[in-house]
Parts: sequence; structure tokens; C-alpha cells
Amino acid sequence: MPILRLENLCKRYASNDVIHSINLEMRDREFTVLVGPSGCGKSTTLRMIAGLESVSDGEIYIDDRPVSSLEPKARDLAMVFQDYALYPHMNVAKNMSFALKLQKRPKKEIDQKVNEVAEMLGLTNFLHRKPAELSGGQRQRVAMGRALTRDAATFLFDEPLSNLDAKLRGQMRAELALMSQRVQKNMVYVTHDQVEAMTLADRIVVMQDGHIRQQGTPEELFKKPNSKFVAGFIGSPPMNFLEGTLEHRGDMTCVVGQGYILSLLPEQAQRVNAANQKDIILGIRPSDLSYAPDAKDGDALELTVLISEYIGAQSILLASCGDQKISVEMKSDNPIELQKNMKFQAVKQGIHLFDRKTEVAL
Amino acid sequence: MSTQAKRLTPYLFMAPAAVVLVVALLYPIAYMIYASFLDWNPSQRIGEATFVGLRNYSNLWSDANFRESLSVTLKFAALVVSIEMILGVGLAMLLDRKIRGMTVLRTIFILPMMIAPIVVGLIWRYMYHPTVGIFNRTLNNLGFESVPWLSDSFWSLTSVIIADVWQWTPFIFILSLAALQSLPSSAIEASRIDGATGWQQIIYIKLPLMMPVLIVTLLLRLIDAFKVLEVILVMTNGGPGLSTEILSLRIARTASEFRELGVAAAMSNYLLILLMLLTAIMFTYNRLAEARNARLRQAAEEG
Ligand SMILES: Nc1ncnc2c1ncn2[C@@H]1O[C@H](COP(=O)(O)OP(=O)(O)OP(=O)(O)O)[C@@H](O)[C@H]1O
Ligand SMILES: [Mg+2]
Repeated sequence: MPILRLENLCKRYASNDVIHSINLEMRDREFTVLVGPSGCGKSTTLRMIAGLESVSDGEIYIDDRPVSSLEPKARDLAMVFQDYALYPHMNVAKNMSFALKLQKRPKKEIDQKVNEVAEMLGLTNFLHRKPAELSGGQRQRVAMGRALTRDAATFLFDEPLSNLDAKLRGQMRAELALMSQRVQKNMVYVTHDQVEAMTLADRIVVMQDGHIRQQGTPEELFKKPNSKFVAGFIGSPPMNFLEGTLEHRGDMTCVVGQGYILSLLPEQAQRVNAANQKDIILGIRPSDLSYAPDAKDGDALELTVLISEYIGAQSILLASCGDQKISVEMKSDNPIELQKNMKFQAVKQGIHLFDRKTEVAL
Repeated sequence: MSTQAKRLTPYLFMAPAAVVLVVALLYPIAYMIYASFLDWNPSQRIGEATFVGLRNYSNLWSDANFRESLSVTLKFAALVVSIEMILGVGLAMLLDRKIRGMTVLRTIFILPMMIAPIVVGLIWRYMYHPTVGIFNRTLNNLGFESVPWLSDSFWSLTSVIIADVWQWTPFIFILSLAALQSLPSSAIEASRIDGATGWQQIIYIKLPLMMPVLIVTLLLRLIDAFKVLEVILVMTNGGPGLSTEILSLRIARTASEFRELGVAAAMSNYLLILLMLLTAIMFTYNRLAEARNARLRQAAEEG
């Protein structure tokens, strides 16, 4: 089984650098997800791995074999394209079996494989249809099926679920998770949907402007983001950021900002004091705030709730803290009154601190 | 407005077009069909010509010269169109890439198409000239014998075919290139991932996707090849013997030299029938293939 490695990978178009020297190692049978905002270079990276885009600098290794000058054919990978890329003149069965046919596999084996995959994806009834006669979701599944009939060592997915409706997307996401458990291959998956990233990934790679900002397990990224960008990108609803300064009150280190004072845990205080930085940004996730009318000063924020968005068991509150906006996620059965000052307790372990200038985590 | 008037309105708007169609298109054809039943000399008015029924048509079948001319035409059309299709599509495949200077190259490629056929005929006649033509001079300089380009019956047909290929390959080239560049690039990328070599991409993806354009191109060229006149007229005037006397040339000569308008009209009608048959066959074939696919699919989904 190949292990995929990118070494100082660069991509330049004419004058502008799109990918700046990426280093990445994907372990055997790992589900790697590349996330990042639109235009950050996810597709470009994936297409370089696939061999559809030339490499400007650096090298791609599959199993320690440099492949950047090889044709896609020689890299043994299957890919699902963002826009399906089905063969319009072939029916579903032929679309799915094209690669096997080129490999001159026996017809019986091909039929068996196609039927098996069609069964799994619920496409059995559509095998004789052309892509134009299918719905978007069905096409998506055919694109997936075309990759799955291959015995490729590495699977590449470029936003395969982006064109589906919410329900079908959830369904396909679960299918994908199941399938990746079953087939046990290397998977590289591109998305800009962080929920997809969190649910599917063994490892998430967060990209921005052609750089890798951070990589790690979903949990690592959620709990220990190394920068304000990653912190804001991972997690839904996104993390709140408040400007503040560090002050010492007695033997406590506190973050003081417009309309709030929060004391830090000793180990947090130690870390930020070591960084010797006064101006900081405080980050706290909406789920790390809870309604607590009796909370002590230093543990709580005093917020004015502006809007309450009811989404079932949970509600998302939009509140103001001084003149900054902040959101809170909490159980819907809390007694919330709009336009009133209320106290919300912060979970201390959930406090993230960032350097205000460099936006690096402290 | 009354309902009847409403129903008539569309016809009212269509009427001018219909009139133009009848006058400009159907009248000449009807005239030609009528003329083909006559024994008609150009010095007579059409009313004075004797009606001979289908005699012109039946006489043509026993006319060895006509049959020879028909076979030359079929040979010529089949050869030029196949050679041009292969060369044109092949060139398009080769030149469908992003290299600097490609635009200039493409423009040069389509130049021959823009030259008037008479001029093309003259150019080639001089190039084929037995003593001062560029081909024989070059051959002689290289130490080879002269080739009787236009004076031998085998070579003259070949020469005429070469000239036609030179002039019309660009037509197929630009149409194929346009078709090729409008293909979905992601399908081609997908085939590369699926492991298709360059040839396999052409055979399994590019050509099938270009097929609708290619069929129309083929048809246009075929129709044109059956009617080619000026270039051959200037180059060989049908000779030597009847070796390059294609039907349109024979029709022109029948009308002007032999002064048999009725026979010429009958020949034109044969040509027309032939072309209509070809077109019909091509479209029916397409229709049949589609129907067959639909039937297969339905059977599969029901079963
Ligand atoms: N052919 C090209 N020439 C110049 N720049 C390009 C070209 N293709 C892509 N780019 C640039 O490269 C950058 C990365 O593009 P890429 O398609 O990898 O983004 P992405 O992360 O996949 O975004 P999205 O989530 O919107 O699909 C973009 O800023 C884009 O403008
Ligand atoms: Mg993309």
C-alpha cells in the first residue's frame, strides 16, 4: 500500500504562486481531508497528486517513488471530480467499467464488479441510462461508483458532495464513512465544508492561500488550533473572537476587554506570560458558554442577547459584549430574555488566546 | 379578434417565407424534373420540346459513358472524402494543444479553402505541368523519371484527388478542431485517470463525442464532392479519355456541347436522388441506433 508524501510542492501559474511549498505525509490507509476557503489551492493540490496538473517545483512520492513526471495512469489512483466528469456518451454501466475494460479484465469479472458496486450505491436500476438521463444525486453516485469499481490504491475526491441537497449529502457522507472503513484505501478528500471534514477525516489539513496552516486529527484541530484562522475555520458555529489585554489582578492573570473580565487557569497564565504579549485576542466557542445567573465575576461574561435562533434542542443566541458580537450555543429550555443583560459562564479549558498581531495561538 | 383570425395569424406571418421558398427553391427543381421528361434542344423554347416520358432516364442506363462517369464520380467522392476526413480529423487532434504560434499555424492551414476554385485549378495545372511544373522538375532534379500527372488516366484521377484534398482538408480540420475544443475537458481528464492512453482517449472518448459534428461535416463534404466542377474543368477538362469526367462535368457538357437539355436534367436528377439517398441513410442509421439503445434500456429497467 502506498504512502503518499508531498515534498516542497509548489505550483505557479505564469506569475502568481498558487501553492507555496507544501509538505505533507499521509500514512497508510489514512483518510486525509484538505479543507480551506475557496481558492486556497485544494483542487490544485489534488490535481497535482492525480497528475492532471504539472508540478512547478518539489516532488510527490507514492511509496517513496517519485511520480511527479508520471502520467496519471502510472500512479494507480481513482478520482471523483467536483463536476462528476462522467462520459456523456456511455451508459452508467459503461462509465463504471471503462477503466476495467482498458485493463482488459475478463467480461465476467467486470460485470460482477459493476453489479456489486451498483448494488452498494443503489444504481442497479439505472445501469442502462446515459448520464443526461439521471438526476444530480444519481450522477454523483455514478461518479463515486466509477472510482469504486477500480482497485486503485489511492482515492482522490474533489468536493464530491458539494452539489447535493442537505439530506442526500448527509446520507452520502455516512455512506462514504462506511465505505472508507470497508475498502481501507488511502483517501484524499477535498472539501470546504468543515462538517464533512470533521466527520470523515482521520487527518485534517487546513489550507489557506496555498499554505498548510495546520494538520492533525479532527480532535487536535478542534481543541488545539495553532492560529486564529484554524480556530475560526474548524467548528460550527464558528469560534467567537474578542479583543482584550492581559492584566494581573492579585495573583490571577486576567483577560480584560470591553465589557468583560475573565481570569485564566494557572497553566494558561503561565503560557501567555511566557510569551510576554499584552495585546491578545480571546477565542471561545459558542458551546463553551453557558447560561449561569449566579456565576462569579472573572468566570463569566455579561451579554445582551439580541437574537435567539431556535434550531430544535439547541438554540444559537447572538449577543453583544460591549460593542462586539458573540454567539452562544445552548439548550433551548433555558429562560432567555431578549435585550436584557445576562451572565454566561465560560468553560476555562475552552479559552483560546492568540497574539493580536501574528494571530498565532499562545 | 375572432378565433378563426387568431388561428390564421401564424400562417399569415409564414406566408412570405413560404412564397420565397416555393419560388426560389421548388420552382427550379420542378422545372428541372419536368425538363428531364423532354427531348429539348437549347434553341427551342420549352413549350416546343417533345415529351418523351422516361426515355432520357432509361437511355442513360445503357449509355456506357454515363456509367463510366458515374463510377468516376463515386470513386472520386469516396476517395476524397475519406482521405480528407482522416487527414482533417488527424490534423485537428495533432494541433489541439496550447503552443505559441498555433493561431498563426491554424490560419495558414485554412488558407486553401479561401482560394477561388478556378484559381486552385490553374495553380495545380501549372504545378502538374509535364516539363515546367514544380513536381516533375523536382523529381527530375532528384534523378527520378517524370510522372504523367495529367496525361495518364490513372495519374490524372490521382492528381485531381490530390488537389481536392489540398483544398478541402482544411474545412474538415477547422470543424473538427472546433468540435474538439468544445469537448468537456473533465471527461477527458477522467479518462486519463481511468488509464486511457492517448490513442484510447481518441477512440473511446474524443471521436464518439465529436461524432454528431463529424457526421454533418461528412455529409456536407460528400454533397460537395459530388458536385465539384471548376477545379477539374480547369485541370483536365475530364480527360484523358473519360478518366476524370465526373458527373457534374458531364452534365455541363451534355447541356452545352451535346445540346441535350433533357438528358442533362435527367442526369442531374440521378445525382439529386443519389445525394438524398445518402443523406437519408445516414440519418436513418442514427435514428435506428438511438431507438435500439432506448429499447435495450427499457428492457433492462423493466426486467
Ligand atoms: N489555470 C490557472 N491559471 C491561473 N490561476 C489559476 C489557474 N487555476 C487555478 N488558479 C488559481 O489558483 C488558486 C487555487 O485554485 P483551486 O482551484 O485549487 O482552489 P480551491 O481551493 O479548489 O477552491 P474551491 O474550493 O473554490 O474549489 C485560485 O486562486 C485560482 O484563481
Ligand atoms: Mg476546487
